[in-house]
Amino acid sequence: MLDKEGIAKRIAKEIKDGYYVNLGIGIPTLVANYIPENIDVVLQSENGLLGMGPFPFEGEEDADIINAGKQTITMLPGSAVFDSAMSFGMIRAKKVNLTILGAMEVSENGDIANWKIPGKMVKGMGGAMDLVASAENIIVAMQHVNKAGESKLLPNCTLPLTGVNCVKKIVTELAVLDVLPEGGFKLLERAPGVSVEEIKKATAGKLIIEGEVPEMVI
Amino acid sequence: MNKTVSGADEAIRDIEDGMILMMGGFGMSGLPENCIAALVKKGVKDLTCISNNAGVDDFGIGLMLKQRQVKKMISSYVGENAEFERQLLSGELEVELIPQGTLATRCMAAGYGMPAIFTPAGIGTEVAIGKEVRNFNGKDYLMEMAFEADFAIVKAWKGDTMGNLVYRATARNFNAVMAMAGKITIAEVEELVEPGEIDPDHVHTPGIYVHRIFQGKNYEKRIEQRTVRKK
Repeated sequence: MLDKEGIAKRIAKEIKDGYYVNLGIGIPTLVANYIPENIDVVLQSENGLLGMGPFPFEGEEDADIINAGKQTITMLPGSAVFDSAMSFGMIRAKKVNLTILGAMEVSENGDIANWKIPGKMVKGMGGAMDLVASAENIIVAMQHVNKAGESKLLPNCTLPLTGVNCVKKIVTELAVLDVLPEGGFKLLERAPGVSVEEIKKATAGKLIIEGEVPEMVI
Repeated sequence: MNKTVSGADEAIRDIEDGMILMMGGFGMSGLPENCIAALVKKGVKDLTCISNNAGVDDFGIGLMLKQRQVKKMISSYVGENAEFERQLLSGELEVELIPQGTLATRCMAAGYGMPAIFTPAGIGTEVAIGKEVRNFNGKDYLMEMAFEADFAIVKAWKGDTMGNLVYRATARNFNAVMAMAGKITIAEVEELVEPGEIDPDHVHTPGIYVHRIFQGKNYEKRIEQRTVRKK
C-alpha cells in the first residue's frame, strides 16, 4: 500500500518532457518533488503563474509570490505571471497538458466530486470545475476508500459533482486505474504488496481486470 | 487627468449600503487592505462582495464578515474562514460559489464590454442549474453573465496619478480583471508616481479603467501559508 508520497511518486511518472502541468492542492502538490530531473516541465499555478519553483529559503518568502494553495513559492527563471482571466484562458484553450487533482469520489464513467459535502463542508470549487471541464488529460490522486472503509470509486458519485465524464486515470494507495471511455475502472497496476482481491473489495464501481495485473514500479 | 484622492476614506466616500463591490486579491495576496479597513470603519452594510476568497477570520474580507457588513458573497473558494463557514451553514450569509475561471471571465467580460461568456465549467453540476446551455461543435457550454459591480476595489504595486497600474508577481491575480470591471474603480497602490515614470510598455491596467487612486499605507501583506525550505 502506498502512502501519500508514494502516490505522488507514481503520478510523477506520468509527466512527460515538454508538459505544462497544473497541480491541485494536497497530494498533487507533492508530485512536484518527484518530477524526474532529465525532463523539462513547467508548472502552472492557476492564480496566475507559469514556472512555479520550490518553496523559498527561510527569510526569503514573499507575500506577492504564492501558489494556488496560498503557499509561499518561488518563480523559476523563465517564469511568466498573468491575471486570473488569462490563467483560465490557457486552461480552457487546452494549453495545459496535464491536470492532477484530488477527489472525494470518482464514478466509473469519469465523473468527479471534490468540492462540497452538503450540510458539512463547503469550501468551494476554486478552479477545479474549470480544470476538469477543459483539460483533456486528468489524473486523480485519491484514497481508494474513506476512513470508514467505504469505496470512493463508485458506480455513481453521491456528492455534488465537480465535472462529468472527465477523469482519465486514477492513482490511489492501492492501484493505478484507467477510466474507460465506455465506463468502468480498468485495473492497470497494483501497489506493492496489494492483491487484486483487496482492490476488488475496495472498488464499488465496475472493475475491469484483464490478465495478470503487474505490481507498480516506483 | 489627475485621479488622485487623499486616501481610502475619500476613495470609498460614496459606497453605500446594499452596493455590489468587487474586491481584488487571491488568498491574502494583493488585497486592498486600506480600503477594507476604511469600509470596516465606515460600517456600510448589506454589501454584495465579488471576491475569489473571503479572507481569514481576522484579515481581508473576514474583517467585514465579522462586522456583518456582507449580505452576499460571490466567490470560488472560501475554505480558510471559520466565521464565513459558520454564517453560511447557519443561513445568515448568502453565498454563491462559482468556478474560479468563471468568476475571472465574468469580470473580464464586463471590462471588455461583453454581456456574457460561454464556458464549459460547471456543465453537469449544480452550477448549471437554471442557466442557458449552448452547444458549440459538439460540446456543451454554460452562458454566464458579465458582472455588474458598483465599485471595483483593487490593489496594485505601482500606479501613476493618471491611474495606470502595474502589479507585482502573483498579486496581479483578480486585481487586473476587476480593475476593468467596476462602474467606478478604486486602486490603492504601494507606490504612487508621476505620469511618465511608468514605461507605457509596462502598464498592466490602462488608466482609463481607473477612477480613483491613492498611495496606501501600513501594508501588512500577510502570508496565509508560510512554506519554506532550509538552506
